[in-house]
Amino acid sequence: MSLFKIFDTAGSALAAQSVRMNVTASNMANADTISSSVNETYRARYPVFEAVLRENMAFGEGDDVAGVRVLGIVEGTTPPRAEYRPDHPQADEAGYIFRPDINMVEQMTDMISASRNFQSNIEVINASKQMMLRTLQLGQG
Amino acid sequence: MESAVAISIDKAFGIHQAAVVTRARRAGLIATNLANADTPGYKARDIDFREALAEAGAARDAGQVRRTHERHLGTGPAVPGDGGLDGVKFRVPLNPSLDGNTVDVNVEQAAFSKNSMMYQASLHFLDRRVKGLTRVIKGE
Repeated sequence: MSLFKIFDTAGSALAAQSVRMNVTASNMANADTISSSVNETYRARYPVFEAVLRENMAFGEGDDVAGVRVLGIVEGTTPPRAEYRPDHPQADEAGYIFRPDINMVEQMTDMISASRNFQSNIEVINASKQMMLRTLQLGQG
Repeated sequence: MESAVAISIDKAFGIHQAAVVTRARRAGLIATNLANADTPGYKARDIDFREALAEAGAARDAGQVRRTHERHLGTGPAVPGDGGLDGVKFRVPLNPSLDGNTVDVNVEQAAFSKNSMMYQASLHFLDRRVKGLTRVIKGE
């Protein structure tokens, strides 16, 4: 029954979305992490998703039912912002500190999108569970 | 006296058997779309339920899908859900996004819950048939 596959599919999406939420949380947590050189500065990270098409599954339906996985995590390319703060303990010889260029609004929307998607996949799992339970009760009672 | 009451359980279930299988398959496809709502370049897919059901019915009646020309491609196993990608089509996007993803989460959610309702309706019909048969067998 392909209903079992739905759990795998939605489960893979839950895993992928929680990676996304983790990465976004890390970005927001490090938005004010200051460093004394460009290379050491934290850069925003973003997960890259990829659709997984399953072929030749045992009881499968070709690549009918698939999932999603995190292909990798890439770092943002925006350079850190230099700030002239000669009195700061982490300032370099020229008196500059470096802040990561993280857009909080962008990160928040990313977080909301991830959590909404997480919720809708949970709904999918609940609905499938209902469908399966009803199927098991076929002809009873 | 000999009575020729042969109960064909397959016939008694009628179209609902194929309907449940097709609904389950469609649920899987829509769940895949929802899982890939944020995957760049993913194209939402669905099946034309009417077409898939007709195919399932025809496959059941004829035993196999007909090929009208020898050079036509095979359609895979006859019963949907057994393999192949019969009747899977790409959805026409309402709001295509910049990354090439065509999943519209609201549309998919609506389709999923409707499909789930229809699945349960088909199950209900099947359930009634089973109960009817049970009653006949028990001779109540």
